[in-house]
Amino acid sequence: MNQIPDIIRTIPLNYYLYFSTALFIIGVIGVLIRRNAIVIFMCVELMLNAVNLLLTAIASYRADTNGQVFVFFIMAVAAAEVCVGLAIIVMTYRNTRSTDVQLLNNLKW
Amino acid sequence: MLFYLFATLAILSAAYMVLTRNLLYAGFSLLVTLLSVAGIYVLLYADFVAVTQLMVYVGGVLVLILFGIMLSSRVHDKSVLSESVNKVWGVVVTGFILVGLSYTILNANISALPWLQAAGTDVLGQQKSTVQRVGIKLMTDFVVPFELASLLLLIALIGAAYIATDKPKV
Repeated sequence: MNQIPDIIRTIPLNYYLYFSTALFIIGVIGVLIRRNAIVIFMCVELMLNAVNLLLTAIASYRADTNGQVFVFFIMAVAAAEVCVGLAIIVMTYRNTRSTDVQLLNNLKW
Repeated sequence: MLFYLFATLAILSAAYMVLTRNLLYAGFSLLVTLLSVAGIYVLLYADFVAVTQLMVYVGGVLVLILFGIMLSSRVHDKSVLSESVNKVWGVVVTGFILVGLSYTILNANISALPWLQAAGTDVLGQQKSTVQRVGIKLMTDFVVPFELASLLLLIALIGAAYIATDKPKV
């Protein structure tokens, strides 16, 4: 099953782990500290991308395409999520004239 | 070494996306991040994933996000108006780039490059790309999730169109 060339292995897998961890952490920070719904959305996309990157890296190191197939499903779910989520954000903006998530406290007791 | 370049670019633009206050800048730095991740996919020999990343994320998701930004923020700052500045310097710098590129192309003797001569022997071993293996996996082992994903996309399409339409007040 050694069909993937050794040129990939010139960069250790650890670096890919650190890199996607960094992307994921940046996404988490963005979700936690930003108040604009669209920026939170983009940060969610960033986290999904970090996971995709890690799946692809490990799949390439193992010379195994199963991980890449998972990436496609994640992309499909992300596309659906963006589609519905942006519709919700546009609707929220129409109702409240703002995309600030802290204003959406109507259900708070 | 391209990996370090792409990784640095991705992380810097992702950090800028989180930190900037301008929504449009955030959208465009997300574009840079997604492009760098696509470049890293290419470095990992995951060609089909890279192309899908370009088509789905850069072509679809990012355009949707930009639409969302345009639809949901008041355009009151002057940055939307595009006037041209630095005309002289821009033309000079682009002229230098054009001259440099033309000089390089003239001197390169491209058809004699060794890696282009060796392109007949493929880098990936037996198969030239991962498209065939991914397609076979999708149609055999993962056929049920594949169909479920199509159903999910249809549901999301209908739901988004229903949510975002202007409903007449009853």
